[in-house]
Amino acid sequence: MAASASPAAGFDRRPWLLLSPALASVTLLLVIPTLFIVVYSFWLRTATGAEQVGFFLDNWEEVLTDRFYRDILLQTLRIAAISTVICALVGYIPAYFIAYTPTRHKALLLLLLMLPFWVSYIIRTMSWINILGVSGAVNSALLWAGLVDEPIQMLYNEATVILGLVHFLLPFMILNIYVSLDGIDRSLTDAARSLGCTGWQAFREVTLPLSVPGLAAGSLLCFVLGAGTYITPMVLGGPTNAMFANLVFEAIVTQLNWPLGSALSLLLLALLGALVMVYSRFLGIDQIAKSFR
Amino acid sequence: MSTSPPAVDLDGVEKRFGEFVAVRPTDLTVPEGSFVTLLGPSGCGKTTTLRMIAGLLDPTAGDIRIKGRSVTAVPIHKRNLGLVFQNYALFPHKSVFDNVAFGLKYRDVKRDEVTRRVRDALTLVQLPHVEDRRPIQLSGGQQQRIALARAIVIQPDVLLLDEPLSALDANLREEMRVELKRIQRELGIATVFVTHDQSEALAMSDSVVVMNQGWVEQMGPPEQVYNEPASAFVADFLGHSNILAGRVAGEDGGFVKVITDAGATILCHTRDRAGRPEGERVRLVMRAERLLLAERHDPAPGHSIMDARVRTVDYLGQSARYFLTTTGDAGDPGAGVDLQAINPIDRTPFPEGAAVQVRVRGEDCVLLDGDADG
Repeated sequence: MAASASPAAGFDRRPWLLLSPALASVTLLLVIPTLFIVVYSFWLRTATGAEQVGFFLDNWEEVLTDRFYRDILLQTLRIAAISTVICALVGYIPAYFIAYTPTRHKALLLLLLMLPFWVSYIIRTMSWINILGVSGAVNSALLWAGLVDEPIQMLYNEATVILGLVHFLLPFMILNIYVSLDGIDRSLTDAARSLGCTGWQAFREVTLPLSVPGLAAGSLLCFVLGAGTYITPMVLGGPTNAMFANLVFEAIVTQLNWPLGSALSLLLLALLGALVMVYSRFLGIDQIAKSFR
Repeated sequence: MSTSPPAVDLDGVEKRFGEFVAVRPTDLTVPEGSFVTLLGPSGCGKTTTLRMIAGLLDPTAGDIRIKGRSVTAVPIHKRNLGLVFQNYALFPHKSVFDNVAFGLKYRDVKRDEVTRRVRDALTLVQLPHVEDRRPIQLSGGQQQRIALARAIVIQPDVLLLDEPLSALDANLREEMRVELKRIQRELGIATVFVTHDQSEALAMSDSVVVMNQGWVEQMGPPEQVYNEPASAFVADFLGHSNILAGRVAGEDGGFVKVITDAGATILCHTRDRAGRPEGERVRLVMRAERLLLAERHDPAPGHSIMDARVRTVDYLGQSARYFLTTTGDAGDPGAGVDLQAINPIDRTPFPEGAAVQVRVRGEDCVLLDGDADG
């Protein structure tokens, strides 16, 4: 019998056979469409609205030099960064709580953490209109209590965009921090305590530094997801709160300028891709995979 | 008398988890400088007791005193104890030096003093050259030495060791056993050692505390606990014992005559527990290695001799464990009792099916009260 698994028998095909459906899907649904977009970005949309096939750098020149795009890009990165920091600060506490809960409650709490994903992201985002809108819950309560005479405009600014993003991203952050807290050997804090640390000192000396990988992974995930979102600013932001993905949406869906939209989306892809590579170089990308195990 | 207070003193200490009683009210004293082992199967309460001394668990009732000071209400970081865990519990993100120096940092020790004391501790555990490494770069045995150094560098009042050798492989475990004992002697530090391994307990301790289901079954020097078990549990847990139920059938020249339920007559040294009334139910404990097998034994005063047949032999190299069934001449009622014996082997062990004589000396038999707690 040929031992096909032994290295002496040479190349083992079986892993590749098993992988082939996944590889085929990724190629067909991701790699090829992305290549189309790359090609598109060098085409040109003429004044008549027709697309001119060829190799033009006009879109790229516009995207890379126009201050308008640069400003929106910086605004996008800023909003994503602020949301990420808030998620890290707010998310650490529930993550810690879940990790240190007796085992039989843990599964339930993790399930509750997943619960928001059962409702469409758009619906979840729109729900804020019912809460903060002019005729929303908060305003109704304020009016009823007589604290205000007319509804306050709370929606459609950068703060509500960040609020919506935190709402969307928080579970990812909690999950990542939870995974790294859960992996910390409990006797480490016992050891630190026995050597003279108060509970808080033991947290700072042991738990916090050892949860940094989870914090970093959660932050990367939140930042990348946050920087690429267009629904939140569309639903909860005002005219000046557009994020970069909104420009892509605008170019492709509204103006039907596919070449420009392609160049814009590739720019964002390149930036976020570079960020992931830097992260991977210094911290290792496999930490993120851990939280989905 | 001006004796200094014991290093650790438990006074009626009890721990309940809801309905479950992990440790029943326990009195326990660890004299200054001594090595006391809490020995028992898992779930017997030994680790719970250690964690209460450490301050990682609060007792439900009772008082814990360390060097005469009640610490029941003192939080763990103010108890000044050295704690060593089974899984080493070294800080993976700190160098060996920083691990060992950790406790000194919280004791306001000056920097050059810290360096000196860390180096001394590392020298004591015979690992002076690993300061700059990370724990993960060390072997299990080395990590446990570093954990020990980290615990002793703070000059604790008591050293608490929670199964520190269990994660090591067999050879290393024996080496560390000797090493741990040497360090403990050198420092003269009172030590509480938790283990489920009887050979560790017997080899290292000044005093062994055998625990079972939250009770202290017996407390005493290793030889005493081993040779004179106070209960069937202790007899069974430490080594291999034969426990036979029977009744007292009179005394005979310093020996109690016991007739087992199967009918064999065995003489048992009275020791200081003389005066068992005739007819009293007892249990007779005979250690497996105290049953001597031979083709023929000559009768001697105080010796009991039984005929037996070897059922199974467990060959262990330098010794063999025999499973025997007593046989007897026609009319001898002492037949059919299962015994086990561990004997050194001279060339070849007795084969299965061999007819042998089993001899047990009266001073190697221990009498327990009968049938009370199985």
